[in-house]
Amino acid sequence: MVKRRLFERGVEKVLFACAFLSVAAVLFITVFLFQRGIPLFRKVSVLEFLFSTRWEPTAENPGYGILSFILGSLWVTLLSLVIAVPVGLSAGIYLAELSDKRSSTAIRSAVELLAGIPSVVYGLFGIAVITTISRTVFGGSGYNVASAALVLSIMTLPTIINITEVSLRALPRELKEGSLALGATHWQTIVKVLLPAARSGILAGVILGMGRAIGETMAVLMVGGNAPIPPEGLSGMVRTLTMNIITDMSYAVGDHLTSLFTTGIVLFLFILILNLIVQLALKSSISGIEGDTGA
Amino acid sequence: MQEDKPVTISVKDLDLWYGATRALNKINLDIESRSITALIGPSGCGKSTFLRTLNRMNDLIDGVRIEGSVRYDGRDIYAPETDVIDLRKQVGMVFQKPNPFPMSVYDNIAYGPRVHGIQDRSVLDEIVERSLVQAALLEEVKDRLHKSALGLSGGQQQRLCIARVLAVEPDVVLMDEPTSALDPISTAKIETLLEDLKKRYTIIIVTHNMQQAGRVSDKAAFFLTGDLVEYSTTKDLFFNPKDERTENYISGRFG
Repeated sequence: MVKRRLFERGVEKVLFACAFLSVAAVLFITVFLFQRGIPLFRKVSVLEFLFSTRWEPTAENPGYGILSFILGSLWVTLLSLVIAVPVGLSAGIYLAELSDKRSSTAIRSAVELLAGIPSVVYGLFGIAVITTISRTVFGGSGYNVASAALVLSIMTLPTIINITEVSLRALPRELKEGSLALGATHWQTIVKVLLPAARSGILAGVILGMGRAIGETMAVLMVGGNAPIPPEGLSGMVRTLTMNIITDMSYAVGDHLTSLFTTGIVLFLFILILNLIVQLALKSSISGIEGDTGA
Repeated sequence: MQEDKPVTISVKDLDLWYGATRALNKINLDIESRSITALIGPSGCGKSTFLRTLNRMNDLIDGVRIEGSVRYDGRDIYAPETDVIDLRKQVGMVFQKPNPFPMSVYDNIAYGPRVHGIQDRSVLDEIVERSLVQAALLEEVKDRLHKSALGLSGGQQQRLCIARVLAVEPDVVLMDEPTSALDPISTAKIETLLEDLKKRYTIIIVTHNMQQAGRVSDKAAFFLTGDLVEYSTTKDLFFNPKDERTENYISGRFG
């Protein structure tokens, strides 16, 4: 009896320790990142770091402005969403509402495979195919914003497709039947009832995909051109925050090295904000379904 | 004696299978217009399945096969040339669980007219108001027309769903246990409403509640394991059942 209770308590403790490990990891990473990155601000002001485009870390009078890379990250991420959201939404709707069992199984396993491809392979594909297309369309080298965005859009598709499908399938069947019973067509039902009802979940999927795009390093590094300048339109070369860290990390020392950790902080904050938005979106989707509208 | 009313829906030799399982056997039934017909019977007897054949909601379920004919207004609704959209406009449906859309009260009711092409704001206003009056809901929601319908009580939500159906001006209203999820007061409100609605609409209601069938319906059909056992005036079915099975079911219920 006592033994059994001790065992139960022991199990509980072990499970708690494992759960706590992830919390500890987040805390540890945060502390470490800030500890290594913040000291840069003794030399460079926050404003200059964030809003200057002068990135000359090895110059006589070094410049540590990462605005070009912030813009680069935003450019390729937003552009990739412009491509991935309509395609992903459509595919998710097709899987949830229109496809028959056989084709949805086939499509779903393809999508899962897409999600599992290592990003370096996406990069290889980008070099072989996408930069070629980009070169034909825009001229120049083909290593540019458009190529990076296109590769990212393919990489974010699985997230958007999956969450769209899951959000639509999670809706109560009565909603769909209610609309069809009023004489609405299937398409009207999808557009006017199902998508609005699932919108918070879908939004969460889009933002998760966005997080993946912002954090992606290898694939964009291979096709983006990596010039430390503000991106000049679709055909301009681009360096993102992640690319900046990985490119300079191999040789940076001193303040230059510190500035890469500071770049990491900015990236970290981007992701943190996106996660907060996702959680708010999911919360409102749950309360929306349960009918708490605060009326 | 009741005079014979015109027949709105005429069902002949209707069979329905879910895959290999037969759920309805040779159902023959004429529904009189401007009256309330109750479908009663134990769970799984096929009454809801039958109801859903009348506006072809069973089309949504994989593996359903139907034989025989259902004629509405003289036309076979399972004929290839039938437009399901038109049919469902004529034959509306209220579900067991209130299922308002996650939008405002107004938009819920305007939804049907809008998908059928009405855009004019003043016309929609009129339809919304008329439907709410018919569903005896206007007084309760007139100050919150533009707030979410999900904030209404269960009984109000169900009357909203009735209003939503009435807004597309159907001829027949199918109701699948519309009060089974509601409290007695809301149930009483809806039963009163039904009395009023039958002056204008043909109503077919599935109910588990025998007292309800007795209170509201003019005719009643007793289903058992996919068979239509008995169909007559509600009075006859309850007080003078011809079939032993009907009598057993009814007396069992009344103890």
